[in-house]
Amino acid sequence: MVEKTEQMPNGNVHTLSLLVENKPAVLQRIAGLFARRGYNIESLAVGPTEHPERSRMTVVVRLTQKPVELVVRQLEKLIPVIEVRELAASDKIERELVLIKIKTPEKNHSELRAIADTYEAQIVDVSTDALMIEATGTAAKLDALEERLGVFGITELCRSGAIALERGFKTLAPPHLK
Amino acid sequence: MPKEKMTGAQAVVRAMELEGVEWLFGMPGGTILPIYDALFTSKKLKHVLIRHEQVGGHAAEGYAHATGKVGVCMATSGPGSTNLVTAIADAYMDSVPLVAITANVAKPLIGTDAFQEADITGITMPVTKHNWLVTDVQDIPRVMKEAFYLARTGRPGPVHIDIPKDVLNEPLEFEYPEEVHIAGYMPRVKEEPRLADAATLGRSSTRPVIYLGGGVRASNAFAEVFEFCELLGAPVVTTLHGKGAFPETNPSCLGMFGMHGSRFANYTIQNSDLIVALGARFDDRVTGKLSTFAPEAKIVHLDVDPAEISKLVTATVPLVGDLKALLPRFAAEVKKAFDERGRPDLSPWWKRVSDWREKHPLRIKQEGEKYILPQTAVQRIWEKCQGKAVVTTGVGEHQMWAAQFWKVSAPRQFITSGGLGTMGFCLPSAIGIQLGRPGELVVGIDGDGSFQMTLQDLATAVDHKLPIKIFILNNLFLGMVRQWQELFYDNRFSETPLTDLPDLVKLAEAYKCLGLRARELGELDGVIDRALAHKDGPCIVDIRVKRQEKVYPMVPAGAPLNDMIGGE
Repeated sequence: MVEKTEQMPNGNVHTLSLLVENKPAVLQRIAGLFARRGYNIESLAVGPTEHPERSRMTVVVRLTQKPVELVVRQLEKLIPVIEVRELAASDKIERELVLIKIKTPEKNHSELRAIADTYEAQIVDVSTDALMIEATGTAAKLDALEERLGVFGITELCRSGAIALERGFKTLAPPHLK
Repeated sequence: MPKEKMTGAQAVVRAMELEGVEWLFGMPGGTILPIYDALFTSKKLKHVLIRHEQVGGHAAEGYAHATGKVGVCMATSGPGSTNLVTAIADAYMDSVPLVAITANVAKPLIGTDAFQEADITGITMPVTKHNWLVTDVQDIPRVMKEAFYLARTGRPGPVHIDIPKDVLNEPLEFEYPEEVHIAGYMPRVKEEPRLADAATLGRSSTRPVIYLGGGVRASNAFAEVFEFCELLGAPVVTTLHGKGAFPETNPSCLGMFGMHGSRFANYTIQNSDLIVALGARFDDRVTGKLSTFAPEAKIVHLDVDPAEISKLVTATVPLVGDLKALLPRFAAEVKKAFDERGRPDLSPWWKRVSDWREKHPLRIKQEGEKYILPQTAVQRIWEKCQGKAVVTTGVGEHQMWAAQFWKVSAPRQFITSGGLGTMGFCLPSAIGIQLGRPGELVVGIDGDGSFQMTLQDLATAVDHKLPIKIFILNNLFLGMVRQWQELFYDNRFSETPLTDLPDLVKLAEAYKCLGLRARELGELDGVIDRALAHKDGPCIVDIRVKRQEKVYPMVPAGAPLNDMIGGE
């Protein structure tokens, strides 16, 4: 499986992992910062962590001019942001979830099952003229699956945006909070 | 301290008392009534009733800038709170420590488009260091403690607390926290500052320049900066907010550089081989066209805010930290380098700088001129005050003339709206300054356009018998915009001429303060003398200046810094 390349012709894509306080309007603060500083968010996923007072965000950002360090330092200035780190391609496990609905006659279902198997995807809903496939993986894998299923006609699709963690024993929480 | 039963509103007042707040600026309204009721019996807090919330914000800024303490302003929900936004944004751009407190509609009404409801925390989020919508009365003491702490520490700035009216009325057991615990507000110095590398640059440079910004004031690092400048022996240039960071009367100081800086200051920075930037952020008004900014210079950038490092100009050696703490360590390294390897000979460099200064000084061409030149007015006021006043300004041409000709010799003597460039800043700021520094001479240099944005608060200045002197350099124009129209829009003066209204002398009289006017050069000195002698409340001086006079020299927007027009 080829990792999604970090060098893109129309900007560089970076995965940022943020540990934030689980408080109202934190998402608004972060999204607002990206908007007003002119950074393009490719995807943003947020959810609870092992600690009830903290949330983790994974932001995939596309930068055309500014170095990623500037974005990190701007994010770190936000008071509810506890820690920010860019996760290098070689040093992270990154996953995304996709749900894909295909409107197709029943005769195609077996072929679709085979494709799903290849991508370790599951059929999660079936009706006479449609089915829904659930898959997880890297963005590149899901891109490939999407392309493969395109010929059958995708009627609806929903991707979660990437979530990621660093490999190894390292954690994001700074020492004074561990 | 034993816990004490009180309401949320009383807790807000008590917290301000415990924070040592002396003056607060505000206006009551429907939702903030509980706080004003609690204030009624406070023996420590003194409230200034302003006539417009924006003025309260700027007055708190003036107070903060002049005293180094946190300024406090208050407003009611809806329009009261939105009127504060300009002042909060101004404080954010200029790193002024400010606590803004607003009330909001009661919790059950939030989100229903209730009367005088505004999502004010949503609105102030991008222009505050942090803000809070307090929905639990128990949080008030902690939030108040955090607010004052965040406003004054690190890179100072405005914070905003919004409290729904019902929360203000709820009871709590008041206990003020001793300490602040904010997980995301720990120092994030990830590596040791490369002081030796920076010192090596200082030692090997033959054309160094020191660039001082508003961070020197924010960090109160005046003595440390002075010592460093003396040690390095380099020319010193400042930003608008750097004025006063180093005495402008000292021969090492070349004054302000940038769009309306002197030619000699701009030539110095453009030809330097090392810029030591202290508490500055390479704003577009000082760099000119970025790609041509000081092309041969290496950059040592010392700032408390890591996000400012290499934001616009890449730092050769970044030094992240508080100036007051870090600069003496940097100085010690430089001294060590000088002791070990000798000082570089800066005399050829100084010769060039002195030649520029001699050849291209800031000039006032009053001789043979029929009308009062605005620069002459600034110069004469300065001379009459012997430079000893605290000066504040509005925004526009008058502000730049003040910056060019008002030589500041001590810290916190030049207070202005820099980053946001907020017209109407002068009078409110003068009110805050005079309250913070009673007994000192406070002088406003304002423009006719700028003054008219906040003039209703003359009433506030009169209420408190503040002997502020506001000199209005009146050219009956929105002058700075007119200047750009003349230079870059083919003399098409679209909506910049102002009618000769109001009659400023009569206006002053209507507000029961002294109003004076000078139309001719011969009247100028007498009018200034009368204004300065007036101790009983404010004085407004209408100085009619040459209408077409422009601020020179000037770097056109987007041009290289050494590509200046005018002022030869």
